[in-house]
Amino acid sequence: MSKKLGLLGTSAIATAMRQINPDVVAAYPITPQTAIVEEFSQYVFDGDVDTEFLTVESEHSAMSACIGAAAAGARVMTATSSAGLALMWEMLGIASGLRLPVVMTNVNRALSGPINIHCDHSDSMGARDTGWIQIFSENAQEGYDNLIQAVRISEHEDVRLPVMIMIDGFITSHNIEVVEVLDDSDVKDFVKTNKAPFSLLDVKNPITFGPIQLFDFYFETKKQQSDAMRGSLRIIREVSREYEKLSGRKQPIVDMFMMDDAEIAIMVLSSTAGTTRSVVRELRKDGIKAGLIKPRIFRPFPVEDIVKSVKGLKALAVMDRSDSFNGFGGPLFTEVRSSLYESSNKPLIMNYIFGLGGRDVTVENIKEVFDTLQEVARTGKVENLINYLGVRE
Amino acid sequence: MEDVLEIRWHGRGGQGAVTASKLLASAALEEGYYIQAFPEYGAERMGAPVQSFNRISKEPIELHCQVREPEIVLVLDATLLKSIDVCEGIKEGGILIVNTPKTPDEIRKLLNFNGKEIKVYTVDATRISIETMGRAMPNTPMIGALARVTDFLKLDSLLANVKKSLAKRFTEEVVEGNLNAIKKAYEEVKD
Amino acid sequence: MKIEAKEKPKVKEKPGYKSIPIGGVIPKAGSSREYKTGDWRVRYPVIDKEKCINCLFCYIYCPEKCVVVKDGKVERVDLDYCKGCGICATECPKDAIEMKLE
Repeated sequence: MSKKLGLLGTSAIATAMRQINPDVVAAYPITPQTAIVEEFSQYVFDGDVDTEFLTVESEHSAMSACIGAAAAGARVMTATSSAGLALMWEMLGIASGLRLPVVMTNVNRALSGPINIHCDHSDSMGARDTGWIQIFSENAQEGYDNLIQAVRISEHEDVRLPVMIMIDGFITSHNIEVVEVLDDSDVKDFVKTNKAPFSLLDVKNPITFGPIQLFDFYFETKKQQSDAMRGSLRIIREVSREYEKLSGRKQPIVDMFMMDDAEIAIMVLSSTAGTTRSVVRELRKDGIKAGLIKPRIFRPFPVEDIVKSVKGLKALAVMDRSDSFNGFGGPLFTEVRSSLYESSNKPLIMNYIFGLGGRDVTVENIKEVFDTLQEVARTGKVENLINYLGVRE
Repeated sequence: MEDVLEIRWHGRGGQGAVTASKLLASAALEEGYYIQAFPEYGAERMGAPVQSFNRISKEPIELHCQVREPEIVLVLDATLLKSIDVCEGIKEGGILIVNTPKTPDEIRKLLNFNGKEIKVYTVDATRISIETMGRAMPNTPMIGALARVTDFLKLDSLLANVKKSLAKRFTEEVVEGNLNAIKKAYEEVKD
Repeated sequence: MKIEAKEKPKVKEKPGYKSIPIGGVIPKAGSSREYKTGDWRVRYPVIDKEKCINCLFCYIYCPEKCVVVKDGKVERVDLDYCKGCGICATECPKDAIEMKLE
């Protein structure tokens, strides 16, 4: 029997980690992630898990230790935020390039500078091309659910890629919400055991991890990795369906709310989707055909699901909680817009950069976006393609 | 959105505003409500003004923005009334509970409600906590006062839930002191 | 201008991305044996058995470990792997090794 508990977001993640019972966890503290490994280390101390817990001197070392342990065939987890993820950068590509199933929670926090501890997605978006599967969570419940599924996705024989799941810093990590926690035994059965195809510790069959590959093999290895990422969407669907049955909670690739007859919609990741859903309910009471699209999976980029989700829309606002500083909008926006290039009947589209450094996104902010969308849908004209929501002039 | 009860706590670092919102959340959860409890992070210095928030609802809570228009505001330290606007954004017909030996009428004179109809209650939570626990911890008695002036928490189950939450971390003596503080504040709250 | 190759060079077909092990893993030990470095060589060592005192310095210093020793005596150099670096000739205390052009 599952239980409904009031848990901090960090506690929901630590609980999932306890239930998953990984072989190795290597981590370094950073706000707002710290509470996760702090709680998990208590489980290690109390003997609630069999995990080898490694305290290391930096995030670079944490990821290096995870890579070594994963190469040995262990089930490996870690957690980080912001600058910690940035310091891991070199090793992120090695974990994915060596096809090692490391599972990490990234508690989204703005990158410095200026220094800031609050939520935006600049950290994980900065790592979007490092070959990690990326899953975004709206609330503590989704963080818990996504982490459990991440283990199965990551370790699947056709995937063997590292997975990072995201929860919003403070908004989700330091908020107590109701989380339905599965039975320990159900999680144990669901995550099964890691069947690594190779192990560095298998002394009877010595192997080499990470050999040099120059122009003769590197490209083939990378093409293989690219195919694994693309193909992982099929596995993510399978695992999601299986988890739906276990939990009774829907696990869509792209979550849609009121989209059947929607004319205008907001597409947004993570906790802001909740606030947006509330606004959509309000607008529907006034007969406004508004909807919400919330991608759960960002890597691999679910092109087909995205294209399908916007069908029939007149105007779409893609909201990014990070800027690409590319002179052309946020990362979600540019990829969504690119996905729609071939489709006929595509909606008018605009981008909103919002919530940088934890700037609160209010119900009024969301209503303002929907007001603009109504105007765009009516006139058929987008005045400003790239917009900054809630910033002072 | 109207179905979500929003609460704001004002206190000073160290007075237990964050703990109070957590205790309230777990008590409401036991009553079958969906809950949120989150502090405003920033300057966590002893003595600095801090805020903490609750959302309580019969339906799952989707809002993930700050609480801007609370129905209920609780002030753990009356000296804050001079330095910050504790009534900011409070809803028409809202409730203000202040920890002070003063009467609600005296508090009303100190504050500007901008013409809004606000119900003001006072309770001497600091004195109550010193009497029951031997130290100034006004947070738990404030929950007792809240239970009295609203109808979403019943005193009996509140006491049982707080006991359960605190028993994990504190001695029996401390738990008993907190429960007595809640009961006393429940009885003494003035309107 | 049209350039025609006189003879098509023989290249051993390497496996593609559909068949190589994932992550660049080399799934068996000792595969470097298959990589014969002998063709890097411009000069090759010739040992004068008359001068050689079997001190085995060449055996110790050779980075490719291609000096073959049998019963405590230098027997020959494995030219499949000798890169022609000449370290053996430099280290030999009796100048018993000469590097000759291929």
